[in-house]
Amino acid sequence: MLKFILKRLGASIGILFAASFLLYVLVINSGDPLSDLRESIADNRDYLMQQRSDYMNLDMPWFQRYWTWLVGVGGCFALKCDLGTNIQGIEVTGLLGAAASSTLRLVVLATVLAAIAGIAVGVLSAIRQYSGLDYGVTFLTFLFFSLPVFWAAVMLKEYMAIGYNDWMKDPSFSTVQIVLIALLFGFLMQVFLAGSIRRRLATFAVSAAFVAVVIPYLLWLNFFRYPQLGPAAIVVLSLAVALSGTAMSVGIRNKLVLYPALVTVGLGLVMYYATFSLLKEPNTWVLIVGGILSVAVPGAIGHFMGGRLRKTAMTVSALTGLAFGGLTVIDHIFRAWPGFLALKPRPIGTIGSQTPNFTGDFWETFLDRGAQLLLPTLLLAIISLASYSRYTRASMLEVGQQDYIRTARSKGLSERTVIFRHAFRNALIPIATIAAFDFAGLIGGAVITETVFGWKGMGQMFTTGLHAVDPAPVMAFFLVTGTAAVLFNMLADIFYALLDPRIRV
Amino acid sequence: MKSDIEPDEQELVSLVEVEDAELARKSSQSKSQGQLVRRRFLNHKAAMISTVVLVVITLTAFTSIGFAGIPGWWGQSYLKSSSVVNGGAPTLSLWPSWLGGPGFAIGDHPFGQDNTGKDYFALVMRGTQKSIIIAVTVGALSTFIGAIIGAVAGYFRGWVDEVLMRLTDLFIVIPLLVLAAVLGQLAGSKLGGSIFALALVLGLLTWTGLARLVRGEILSLREREYVAAAQAMGSKTSRVIFKHLLPNTIGVIVVNATFAIAGAILLETSLSFLGFGVKAPESSLGLLISQYQNAFTNRPWLFWWPGMLIVAIALSVNFLGDGLRDAFDPRQTKKTRRRTKKEEVSE
Repeated sequence: MLKFILKRLGASIGILFAASFLLYVLVINSGDPLSDLRESIADNRDYLMQQRSDYMNLDMPWFQRYWTWLVGVGGCFALKCDLGTNIQGIEVTGLLGAAASSTLRLVVLATVLAAIAGIAVGVLSAIRQYSGLDYGVTFLTFLFFSLPVFWAAVMLKEYMAIGYNDWMKDPSFSTVQIVLIALLFGFLMQVFLAGSIRRRLATFAVSAAFVAVVIPYLLWLNFFRYPQLGPAAIVVLSLAVALSGTAMSVGIRNKLVLYPALVTVGLGLVMYYATFSLLKEPNTWVLIVGGILSVAVPGAIGHFMGGRLRKTAMTVSALTGLAFGGLTVIDHIFRAWPGFLALKPRPIGTIGSQTPNFTGDFWETFLDRGAQLLLPTLLLAIISLASYSRYTRASMLEVGQQDYIRTARSKGLSERTVIFRHAFRNALIPIATIAAFDFAGLIGGAVITETVFGWKGMGQMFTTGLHAVDPAPVMAFFLVTGTAAVLFNMLADIFYALLDPRIRV
Repeated sequence: MKSDIEPDEQELVSLVEVEDAELARKSSQSKSQGQLVRRRFLNHKAAMISTVVLVVITLTAFTSIGFAGIPGWWGQSYLKSSSVVNGGAPTLSLWPSWLGGPGFAIGDHPFGQDNTGKDYFALVMRGTQKSIIIAVTVGALSTFIGAIIGAVAGYFRGWVDEVLMRLTDLFIVIPLLVLAAVLGQLAGSKLGGSIFALALVLGLLTWTGLARLVRGEILSLREREYVAAAQAMGSKTSRVIFKHLLPNTIGVIVVNATFAIAGAILLETSLSFLGFGVKAPESSLGLLISQYQNAFTNRPWLFWWPGMLIVAIALSVNFLGDGLRDAFDPRQTKKTRRRTKKEEVSE
């Protein structure tokens, strides 16, 4: 295995090196970096030209320019990176840090969201192959595949962001709107839950009625301007997670898994009150440590109470803990929402990664970042969600035809066990590979999203750099995306070998 | 032989023969692989609808404003400005009068006018022409290169394979959009930004996926007996590859060609949007969107029409590819009815 990894690593570094050479030569030949100065009529024209030549090493022959750049990059191994200076003489190394962090924030979140939602949708449409749901999902995924990103982005800006912001001034629904939303929700629920005609009708009626009651109630509470969750709602929702997690893994009657999950909910309630004042004014570290604890402690509970079903109990408890922690954070966010609205009356942002001159406490800043992040993340997630759901569906169908699935069914296992234990786990193996590729690809794909939403990320660095025939920022961008591609490619291979013993070399 | 058989037995044999003949007559004529594929494709509803949409769009784009000097049936030119009527709003209306709408009408400017009063229908049709030309060129070029490189790598294996596959890795490491943008800018500054230069560049970049797939197929096909037979009879290498191996990968190739076309349309629009693709005197759907993206609040139609055409073209090409895949590889379509029924029982 080690030999396999080392061999892959060697080949990857070689490829990265060759690619950087190719790209560098192409970029410096793609135009004339001095073209704007040549037409200039300024008095100090010659001085400016000379200055720019010095910044970009234009006096050197091309191979020497590449060599200088390469030596600078090689310094990274000695913790002294030098990625050169851009056309204005600013050190690219410093620019890259800020740009990369804002791009990564976007891409990581989008990948995680897309993977979770896409896999869920893919599994569902594979289980219900050739149903209305399957056809609907297939059509939507093809539609998402065919959307020009920037076109969709402008639509999102215009109809979602501006529409929502206008609505937020005075949240209200007319009766007709409530009826329409209720009918739509009921329709979608019956499509998702499926079953016989009677069951579908019942699902439709119950969920439509639920929405028809809840929306006026929320409006009456003025929930959309003053949202609240409170400990009671958190407990109810986490109980739902605990119960459905147990039901999906081993069945609701299994006490070995159910009890630790319930204990987790109880402990969560205690912690809710214990950490209340701390979470009112937290910092990033408190949130990170809290997040880790909310998974680790329930995991430990599951470990000690789970008995022979230790693994399942740990997973379900950890999920419950995560849900409780997440809901607690949402609770605090809800508390900060009215204050945030007062600071920023039009919440959803369409330009930039943060509102200029925005000052507020931790949660308000958090909300501001989140509101700016919402649209680009949504856009990136929608597009890669399509490919996740497609691959998951194909992979689930492929696995579903294997002999061991037939064996599992014929020995009388429940459909739940067959799908989640036997089919789903094996179907995930190729998905792990795709997730790795997708993450690397998305960093490159974020170029357009960043341009449309005016983010000062790596994508913007790349486009402005290329327009100015300025190799340093373009190569810095490539260094990050290329390394990510190589790294994740390799991770995918290793994952594959670890998960699937059949292909181990 | 027959004389050895007893009369009883002879009767039996003839009975069997009659039955066989009858069976052969009953089950409709046997079909060749090509006929089977064609039939499956023609039965694929989504693919057939997409084909019709695609043909209609292509024909309209090329005949309406004319192509290569031949005048078209649409009276207005994409160059001529006229006075802006009614803020340039589209005159097309499909809302029938019995529903309280203005009735069906095409009017002078069905897609509206841009801010200088040019007919937007003519502009969009010109953009569609160029986008289709680029997409088809890219699709053809990348399919050709991908198939050849994949076949050569898979057939020869060894160091040839190693070199060619590392070459494809090279293209995979650099994000496609990045390389395309750099080369697009290069083509724009060195080759004058013609759409053929751009199409050529994009075609030279997008073959890697197909090359990998074809290589995989060839690696397994080359171990078959008929390949060994061809080699034993002294066929030249090129004959083995082009006559025996590549025709058997036609499914993969055709399906990927369609997806390459859909991908090329989107890639071209993205590049033009970023400013590295088609440049101003030329036109394309992506360029139209990026030119008018700030006009959205006042003249949304300048934005809607080219976007909808891109979606329509890409979507129908994608469905076409899906139909072709099902037609060439029906494995996934059959087995499932049984499974869904079983699930309903178990629920």
